[in-house]
Amino acid sequence: MARLPVRKTYKLFIGGAFPRSESGRTYAAQGSNVARASRKDARDAVSAARAAQPRWSAQTAYNRGQVLYRVAEMMEARLAEFAVLCGGRDEVERSIDRWVWYAGFADKFAQLLGAANPVAGPYFNFTVPEPTGVVAIVAPEQPALLGLVSRVAPALVGGNAVVAIASEGVPLAAIELAEALATSDLPAGTVNLLTGERSELAPWLASHMDVNAIDLTGADVLGPELERAGADNVKRVVRGLADSQGLSEISAFVELKTVWHPIGL
Amino acid sequence: MTELSRRGPSPLLPVDWTYAPAPESREIAAIAERYGLFIGGEWVEPQSGAFFTTLSPRDEEPLAEIAQAGPADVCAAVAAARAAFPAWSGLAGSERAKYLFRIARLLQERAREFAVLESLNGGKPIKESRDVDLPLAAAHFFYHAGWADKLEYAFPNRSPRPLGVVGQIIPWNFPLLMAAWKLAPALAAGNTAVLKPAETTPLTALAFCELLAQAELPPGVVNIITGDGSTGAALVEAEVDKVAFTGSTEVGKEIQRRLAGTGKRLTLELGGKAANIVFDDAALDQAVEGIVNGIYFNQGHVCCAGSRLLVQESIADAVVEKLKRRMASLRVGDPLDKNTDVGAINSQAQLTKIEELVAAGSAEGAEIYQPPCRLPEKGYWFAPTVFTDVSQSHRIAQEEIFGPVLAVLTFRTPQEAVEKANNTPYGLSAGVWTEKGSRILWMAERLRAGVVWANTFNRFDPTSPFGGYKESGFGREGGRHGLEPYLSFDSG
Repeated sequence: MARLPVRKTYKLFIGGAFPRSESGRTYAAQGSNVARASRKDARDAVSAARAAQPRWSAQTAYNRGQVLYRVAEMMEARLAEFAVLCGGRDEVERSIDRWVWYAGFADKFAQLLGAANPVAGPYFNFTVPEPTGVVAIVAPEQPALLGLVSRVAPALVGGNAVVAIASEGVPLAAIELAEALATSDLPAGTVNLLTGERSELAPWLASHMDVNAIDLTGADVLGPELERAGADNVKRVVRGLADSQGLSEISAFVELKTVWHPIGL
Repeated sequence: MTELSRRGPSPLLPVDWTYAPAPESREIAAIAERYGLFIGGEWVEPQSGAFFTTLSPRDEEPLAEIAQAGPADVCAAVAAARAAFPAWSGLAGSERAKYLFRIARLLQERAREFAVLESLNGGKPIKESRDVDLPLAAAHFFYHAGWADKLEYAFPNRSPRPLGVVGQIIPWNFPLLMAAWKLAPALAAGNTAVLKPAETTPLTALAFCELLAQAELPPGVVNIITGDGSTGAALVEAEVDKVAFTGSTEVGKEIQRRLAGTGKRLTLELGGKAANIVFDDAALDQAVEGIVNGIYFNQGHVCCAGSRLLVQESIADAVVEKLKRRMASLRVGDPLDKNTDVGAINSQAQLTKIEELVAAGSAEGAEIYQPPCRLPEKGYWFAPTVFTDVSQSHRIAQEEIFGPVLAVLTFRTPQEAVEKANNTPYGLSAGVWTEKGSRILWMAERLRAGVVWANTFNRFDPTSPFGGYKESGFGREGGRHGLEPYLSFDSG
């Protein structure tokens, strides 16, 4: 007699744990019941991200690079599983390679984005990139996995904490990714993933006063409304591409700090 | 003869320390009776037909009639900039550079005239216009001139291209310098511009138009339109590719809302409530100079002003005592007098706002101190002010006053200093005073602010990126980083 397989319950990823939506709601997607996150789940995710962010950005750049590389390792081990949850093997491989690419950038981008500035006076003056803080990401609908990774990885490498809304129609790859992230030595809460209705969740993140930046790559027609709400605390608005990698993707999620000190005896 | 006088002058004898007035002559600055709008390289009458009077805040003397640009005028200016864009952006970078070098040189040549005009129209001490605003404005053009033909070096492998027409709205605290901060990078990158100076301080920008004509800058590359907030709003709504705004956080948020969904680029340089943090091992006399410079420079009309003093508890009394003594020696008065340290408040509206917040400070229980000083009878004036016994919830510790008003708070540990410094929606600048190097870097790392001055304050340079975290805005001005918002790129 054939063994009955054990099915997975698809839940949210908040603060390093996998809770159901506090609302108790689910919706059907990809043949499963997926948690339908609520406003309160979104707010809990922001709290978790805010709490985790200082710890993540305090790690050395070398260490952050290793953690991102570890995400690639964890995904590689689950390659077959990922492949059936998104666009297929090619999308998964490119997603894994994207983590590796950003892992290798962790201890380099500061040298490219920073500067020593030759001011006209007896001062030592330098500029360094620092994380913006808590970044909300409205991930693209497609490609569900590669799009999510393309937006989350550059935010992470810069030392930010993330609250991402997964692809609404293809959410399972995001939960699978959460399981890889949970086993990658990423401090709990550094990445939080919400599944559910984009139009229900995104406005709460856009208007949240403790979110510093919002990535609208997957916002579609919601974009203008979200952007307008983001102005309440002068959010950085990022309009990225669903499939791209680059230094400018990292620089979109950093602030530049310039420090002056006199030179003298 | 007394015993005393036979020995010659003695420090015991009363000495008259009052300064003789040393006014800068205002004759050097020619002011027209009436100014039109500078559009397409020409002075044009406003289609709105409306004018308003610009004053000198030092005595409320009317200086000139200024055009109030309406929506049709804004459109005309944007159209002129659009028409000039292909030729300007198509010009070899090395040639664009030479125009900017010319502008820098002309500003240096005519610095004294512009400095007088700036102090007359804006109320800032001539000492500051002469030694800070003008040299820095010229330096900004000189610095950015060199970038015009080196953009590929600034952004390798990214094919930088200009955006098109940029709309720029600037404040009244550093009128000419802010025009330079905006125009120099925009033009170096190959954009054309429509600039709106602040309502109360249009004169140096208008004089700058004559300077552009002297530089033979092609018509339409820079257009300058004057007016109030409604002119700025029309510029934001106009067919521009990018908006750059320096001003209040409140207006900045409104601009961000209006631009939502338009795809127009935006950079914002907004308000601040900077903490100037003094540790017990700091060189106190230097720190006191830095505190004074931090809050009384330009009457405190500075977005990055050190308006909150955070002083370590063990030295708080000593620092406040030294500070009060130093404040008593500040000379408040005629902006055109070369001895003046603190000039006139920029406008009646700003004076009213300062008075309201200062009244709130007293009402909420903070203790006020103002050194004895005689304020002129005419014009807009406010004495240098310090509040002690301030708590974090007081309005004077939370809201940007934009005047010569300092709020003093104390802390015990570096952690507490960081927490209090960051406890504001703003994040433009911060100051740290300590002789311990590792502590400076530890603090600098944790202060959520775009500029950190360690053992100094209020330093500016065209090579040094300036701009805020959080609600102090986004984007940088100055340095390679300040060019980026004026360019688009093929690849990341």
